[in-house]
Amino acid sequence: MTAVRNDIEADIGEGVEVVDPVPGADARHLPQQPDLVQLLTPEGERVENADYPLEVSDEELRGFYRDMALVRRWDAEATALQRQGELGIWASLLGQEAAQLGAGRALQEGDMAFPTYREHGVAWARGVDPLHVMSLFRGVDSGGWDPVARGFNLYTIVIGAQCLHATGYAMGVQRDGSESAVLAFLGDGATSQGEVNEAMIFAASFSAPVVFFCQNNQYAISVPLERQSKVPLYRRAAGFGFPGVRVDGNDVLAVLAVTRAALQAAREGQGPTFVEAFTYRMGAHTTSDDPTRYRLAGEVEEWKLRDPIARLKAYLSRSGLADAAFFDRVEAEADELAARIRSGTVEMPDPRPTAMFDAVYAEQTPTLAAQRAEFEAYQASFEDGGEA
Amino acid sequence: MSAELLDGTATRTMTIGKALNEGLRRAMEDDPKVVLMGEDIGRLGGVFRITDGLQKDFGEDRVVDTPLAEAGIVGTAVGLAMRGYRPVVEIQFDGFVFPAYNQIVTQVAKMHARSRGQVQMPMVIRIPFGGGIGAVEHHSESPEAYFAHTPGLKVVAVSNPVDAYWGIQQAIAAPDPVVFLEPKRRYWDKAPVDTSATPEPLFGSRVVRAGDDVTLLAYGPMVKTALQAAEAAESEGRSLEVVDLRTLSPLDLDPVIESVRRTGRCVVVHEAPVTLGLGAEIAARVTETCFHSLEAPVLRVGGYDVPYPPSKLEEDFLPDLDRVLAAVDRAMGF
Repeated sequence: MTAVRNDIEADIGEGVEVVDPVPGADARHLPQQPDLVQLLTPEGERVENADYPLEVSDEELRGFYRDMALVRRWDAEATALQRQGELGIWASLLGQEAAQLGAGRALQEGDMAFPTYREHGVAWARGVDPLHVMSLFRGVDSGGWDPVARGFNLYTIVIGAQCLHATGYAMGVQRDGSESAVLAFLGDGATSQGEVNEAMIFAASFSAPVVFFCQNNQYAISVPLERQSKVPLYRRAAGFGFPGVRVDGNDVLAVLAVTRAALQAAREGQGPTFVEAFTYRMGAHTTSDDPTRYRLAGEVEEWKLRDPIARLKAYLSRSGLADAAFFDRVEAEADELAARIRSGTVEMPDPRPTAMFDAVYAEQTPTLAAQRAEFEAYQASFEDGGEA
Repeated sequence: MSAELLDGTATRTMTIGKALNEGLRRAMEDDPKVVLMGEDIGRLGGVFRITDGLQKDFGEDRVVDTPLAEAGIVGTAVGLAMRGYRPVVEIQFDGFVFPAYNQIVTQVAKMHARSRGQVQMPMVIRIPFGGGIGAVEHHSESPEAYFAHTPGLKVVAVSNPVDAYWGIQQAIAAPDPVVFLEPKRRYWDKAPVDTSATPEPLFGSRVVRAGDDVTLLAYGPMVKTALQAAEAAESEGRSLEVVDLRTLSPLDLDPVIESVRRTGRCVVVHEAPVTLGLGAEIAARVTETCFHSLEAPVLRVGGYDVPYPPSKLEEDFLPDLDRVLAAVDRAMGF
């Protein structure tokens, strides 16, 4: 799936890895794959890209490490909690931390993000309490945060539906004369959905300030990318009439730089961009899935070598930006976070049964109010040992 | 569990999931034009493993892992059907059928009428439906009324392995489009299936427990709940007759009418919200046909008129034995 192309390496700078994305993409009828935007190699070497200069402080670099380490720990704790019956299901982001934190941190105050159901890293970047995500997967509610106040929509489970919402929201931003931008998250599988394609047409048609951020994690549950697309996904953008760019999704710095540039273009009225963050879903689709049925262990092992956190750690260590004490502090913080998530999840109260009637409408209907009253009376009939 | 008996019958105990798998296999063996399409149905065997092993045995042309696009799946199935194939499409979960709703309602349902009978649409749209599995949103819906309301579609809901095994084959053989609803929380329920038997007609309802006091109607996952309620009622000296509707469009109310004329009381149970659900149509028809026999109004037990709630509340939302018995009490109290 991946090959270092020695023949063109000289042209694009030493240490820059070229990833051959789509199996079959080497086929003769396809033009040569352009390289992936990368600012930090899998080995932790910082490289420059003339199109994407990035100024990032040492503090921010350490912050990215902390973000990714904490989010990964949250993810591991959530998987464990699901196994122990404390969550109904969990959609792991393992391996996609850089894509999510790079994109999430590219957002500014006033920007809006429209996630799928796997964007825990973006939720973290937007300041959503992890327990508000856990409550969704525990079956307590549909996500406990205020989407507009947080600049982070509720998770959308129906594949791709949120891309239209993001586009419409961006059309609103445009009408307000605001300099905000909108980030729509989607996966590789979602690019097959009609609604996603409609979103891109609307966004192009109205030059809406929206960026489509596609985490290509190589699989739509079990179906590999080549069943969804015969061309690299970022090249689809050209057909809609806006730029597409592919970034190493396991390189948090490259994702930050590319997403920031795309959002800036949107703010300046240049319309949408499609960002393909080339990454890999290290875990199962969800805790209900068994990936051994459709992919080989060797492929997973290969991707482990491109781990997003390890490469930043290597860079921070080697360049003297962080020492052992820093990494220990982050680990201690991760332990605390995991403990807080665990206790907060296990102790989370069940919702009131009547809650299901309460927010159906902004203006409650008499019919539903009556049904709620009947329901309460019925529930009450079980108290005091009574029979229904 | 397998037993090939000496008298030539072949009875095996199967889950509903396995019965569907075996039924699909047999349909594919019987007719080379049967093509299965859906998300993750090939290599993975479907998220519920209903198509497990079929791609391996029948190849990628007949068991197709499609791109992730429900409108695409159903829309291309229309074209395949026009070309003489019999597409059997899987919608992964009930809540994901809606991108395909346009194709189902405006194209699949009307093709035969629009072509004045010249084009048949022998398509099966399999949908695991209903709740009770502790899932996140859009994985527990009961969308049957939308389809039963659409002229041109036939809609069935199976409740047990025998109907699953035969029903899927009958639906595939049927010349009209069939929305085939599978009770996902009962996928693992087992029963003996005689694969050499003569099946009952697909579009017919059936009395599954005889009784005298109240007629209880259910389909899909609620048949089991209704039977449990009848069992519980018996210990209180009440005799409930349970009818498994099996087909929702067309409705087969003959056994229901016969039953209600004897019992004088009728309770309809489904997971879908009561308002404008199947129960409303059934209540109207039973009232029209059995008005003088009725001792009580036809009562409905269903989901509340709220979006399917987070899983911590689904036990409160879904009809259960207690709610069915409470309705029976009300019917008896008139």
